[in-house]
Amino acid sequence: MKKTSWLAGPYLIWMALFIVIPLLMILVYAVIQDGTVSLAAFLKFMQPVYLKVLGRSLWLALLATAICLVMGYPAAMFIAGREKAVRNLLLMLFLVPMWMNFLLRTYAWMTLLGNNGLINRFLGFLGLPAMDLMYNDVAVVLGMVYNFLPFMVLPIYTVLHRMDRSLIEAARDLGANSAGVFAKVTLPLSMPGIASGITMVFMPAVSTFVISRLLGGGQYMLIGNLVEQQFLVQGDWNFGSAISMILIVVILVSMGIMSRFEKGEQGGVTPW
Amino acid sequence: MGTKLIELRNIEKSFGDHEVLSGIDLYIRENEFITLLGPSGCGKTTTLRLIGGFDSPDTGDVLFDGRRINEIPPHRRSVNTVFQRYALFPHLNVFENVAFGLRIQKLSKEEIKDRVSRILKLVDLTGFGPRHIDSLSGGQQQRVAIARALVNQPRVLLLDEPLGALDMKLRREMQIELKNMQRQVGITFIYVTHDQEEALTMSDTVVVMNDGRIQQIGTPEDIYNEPNNRFVAQFIGKSNIIEGTMIRDKEVSFCGRAFPCVDGGFGENVPVDVVLRPEDIELSDPEGGQLQGVVSDVVFKGIHYEMLIDCQDHALTVQSTRMREPGKQVGISVGPEEIHVMPREAAL
Repeated sequence: MKKTSWLAGPYLIWMALFIVIPLLMILVYAVIQDGTVSLAAFLKFMQPVYLKVLGRSLWLALLATAICLVMGYPAAMFIAGREKAVRNLLLMLFLVPMWMNFLLRTYAWMTLLGNNGLINRFLGFLGLPAMDLMYNDVAVVLGMVYNFLPFMVLPIYTVLHRMDRSLIEAARDLGANSAGVFAKVTLPLSMPGIASGITMVFMPAVSTFVISRLLGGGQYMLIGNLVEQQFLVQGDWNFGSAISMILIVVILVSMGIMSRFEKGEQGGVTPW
Repeated sequence: MGTKLIELRNIEKSFGDHEVLSGIDLYIRENEFITLLGPSGCGKTTTLRLIGGFDSPDTGDVLFDGRRINEIPPHRRSVNTVFQRYALFPHLNVFENVAFGLRIQKLSKEEIKDRVSRILKLVDLTGFGPRHIDSLSGGQQQRVAIARALVNQPRVLLLDEPLGALDMKLRREMQIELKNMQRQVGITFIYVTHDQEEALTMSDTVVVMNDGRIQQIGTPEDIYNEPNNRFVAQFIGKSNIIEGTMIRDKEVSFCGRAFPCVDGGFGENVPVDVVLRPEDIELSDPEGGQLQGVVSDVVFKGIHYEMLIDCQDHALTVQSTRMREPGKQVGISVGPEEIHVMPREAAL
């Protein structure tokens, strides 16, 4: 162990240069304004207009996470219960879209949902009035669910797949019917996978700015867009950094809550 | 011993092309400690799973109390299982593991508490209720698994190689304890093992299996002293199997000499296999023996010496508390009671 630990050197240098120092710089920008320590940037955030953006970001991310969980858990269970060949095929189908560029996938939704998109043209073809499918919360949540669903399915699948079959037999042996086995054994034992899945969907969903920009429209503000705007449009690096710090705290808190479920021998296994 | 409780009638079972069980006919009585004994892959675990309800036979019937239960799922059978690697729920503590079945029956809190603490006392784990499964030793986990099954007061307890993961000393202790528990709770235990010593120590009845077929059913003494065939003779304990000829009832010849014995009913001058247990062969001075041989190898085994004696093209294994030097001439004798004669099987 000792002799080979120097092999981690390149990564440690990398981490210092590109993770620790930038984080410190953001912290410095957030608390130092015009050469003095100041919490003005944080106070500026405490206005209803910005808090509303944070609230909406949290709400939409939670909603997308919940939808991913409700859709993803049964899917993971279904895949884990198949034979090896079928299992691998299904997993592959889940992963193939991930090999495509993220932007491309999101642009694809624009051509589906747009005013002249496929769905509206199909409705017109049937003689039905066009619907406003784009530039609203529904479109943004749809984009999040579409992009992040595999992050929910895979960790849950991993935990379910590794679960000892004899535990399920033991529960049946002790009198549990299918519903009982699920509620008392399968679900509690898959909590680490659920916790990983939630973390891995919630984190990118709460901080996204591409999905909200493309599917929410130019005026649509999530906290990620707000940060982007401070740096690229307003040039207010102090405020942008402060918002970033707030976002980091939000994510840390949510991870802290989730990590309480990730304990246990099954471990929250993340495939990336 | 009680009446018939479980009956397996002409059971066949295959997984894919592989025939696991063929022609299994077996009944199990109430309050019996019965052991399914055989090498791995002999079908003993599959037989247990048919009784537990985890598999169903391709043909044949499983009867419980005279009722056909082939398709009854495990949670509706009054049978509980102690699994091979315990299968304790890692997310529950000892108390909740044991209470699992009682909670499903929706018993009152007081009754659950009462029954769990009584059963924990039976398996000698009083006070372990709040402990985590991970913090227990293998032997303790074993006891929790037994308690978790017994607390439901099943009529039959199935045990699938439950001592396999324990060390020798603990195994011995648990063997005695299991037997005591069975007497105390007064229910049927069906025990699966590949360890012949375990089977002989605990069982009322031993069922020896090989290649998906039952080879012999009997008391431990029967199985040991009167094996049906070469497989049983070789699997249970050590034995010398010698080709011989049954001259007439109560007289058999092997190693070029006739011996009085107690077996009969084979006919006259019929080829047979003769089984001699190593501890039943007496050594003496060359002149004092029925046969003469030369010691070729000696191994010290603790309570006795195990010696190989060359005698008329046979190498006989003999156990004795007195050591003979390798190369020494000895006399060999076997009493009529110690000779067991079996029908000759085609050479394998």
